[in-house]
Amino acid sequence: MALSLTYDFEQKQDVLLVRLTGELDHHEAEQLKNDWQSFLQNGMTKHVVVNLENLYFMDSSGLGVFLGRYKEVKEIGGEMVICSINYDVQRLFELSGLFKIIDTAENEAVALARLGVAL
Amino acid sequence: MSNFMKVEFAAKSENESFARTTVAAFIAQLDPTVEELTEIKTVVSEAVTNAIIHGYEENEEGTVLIECELKDHNISLTIRDFGNGIEDVDEAIQPMYTSKPELERSGMGFTIMENFMDHFEIESIPNHGTTVTLRKKFLNNQSAYN
Repeated sequence: MALSLTYDFEQKQDVLLVRLTGELDHHEAEQLKNDWQSFLQNGMTKHVVVNLENLYFMDSSGLGVFLGRYKEVKEIGGEMVICSINYDVQRLFELSGLFKIIDTAENEAVALARLGVAL
Repeated sequence: MSNFMKVEFAAKSENESFARTTVAAFIAQLDPTVEELTEIKTVVSEAVTNAIIHGYEENEEGTVLIECELKDHNISLTIRDFGNGIEDVDEAIQPMYTSKPELERSGMGFTIMENFMDHFEIESIPNHGTTVTLRKKFLNNQSAYN
C-alpha cells in the first residue's frame, strides 16, 4: 500500500530515540516490535523516547506495541516518554488509559531533556 | 441520497490498510470531517484485524466481507468473517480483555468501536463466523445534500 510504516532508531547516550512515520496497524506491528526489541537489547539502552509527530494513523495494535515496549523498558529500570502526539492518536491514548501509565511530552527536545540527554 | 458498496478480500494483514482506505474513499461523498474519517478508518481497521487474528487465526485462506450503506447522513457498516466465531461475546467486549495476550493485543478493539460509533453490535456463531455492525450519523455538513 502507498502509506505503510517507516521508522528509524537513533541512540542518544543511554536513550533510544524511535521516530515513526506513516500508519501503524497490526500488519506493521510485528516487524516494528522485532526491530525495536533488538535495539532494546543492544546493551546501551536504558530509556526510550518515541516520536509520533509523523504517525498519521494508528489503531489498537499500536497501543499493544507501546505497552509491550513500556514493560520491557521498566524491566531494565528505564523510563519511556512518548512525544509529539497528534489529536487522533491522543484520543486512542485517552480511551485506553495509556496516558495514565506512559509519560508524554510535547516534543522530542523536552522528552530527551527529561531523560537527561544534553542537547 | 443513498448508496451502497460491498467488498470481499483475503484475510491477509496487508489488506487491513486496503480495507480502511477503501471504506474511507467510499464515504468521502458524505463530505465527512477529518475526525469522522479517522474514526471510520480506525473502526474498520479494528474489525478487520479481529477477523484476521481471531476469526481466522491468521489463516489467509479466509475472506472478510465489508458492506457499507449510506443513507442521507447515516453510515451503516458490516464487517463479516466466516471463521471461528466468539464463544463469549460479553467477555470479548470488555475493555483490556484479549484472548491472545501473547500477541501483544491491547484488548481495546471493541471499546474503540463502541466509542467511535453511535451503534455497535456483534453477532457471532462459534465455528461459523462473526458479524460486526456499526452505525454512525455524520453531524457536520448537514446542508451539503439538502
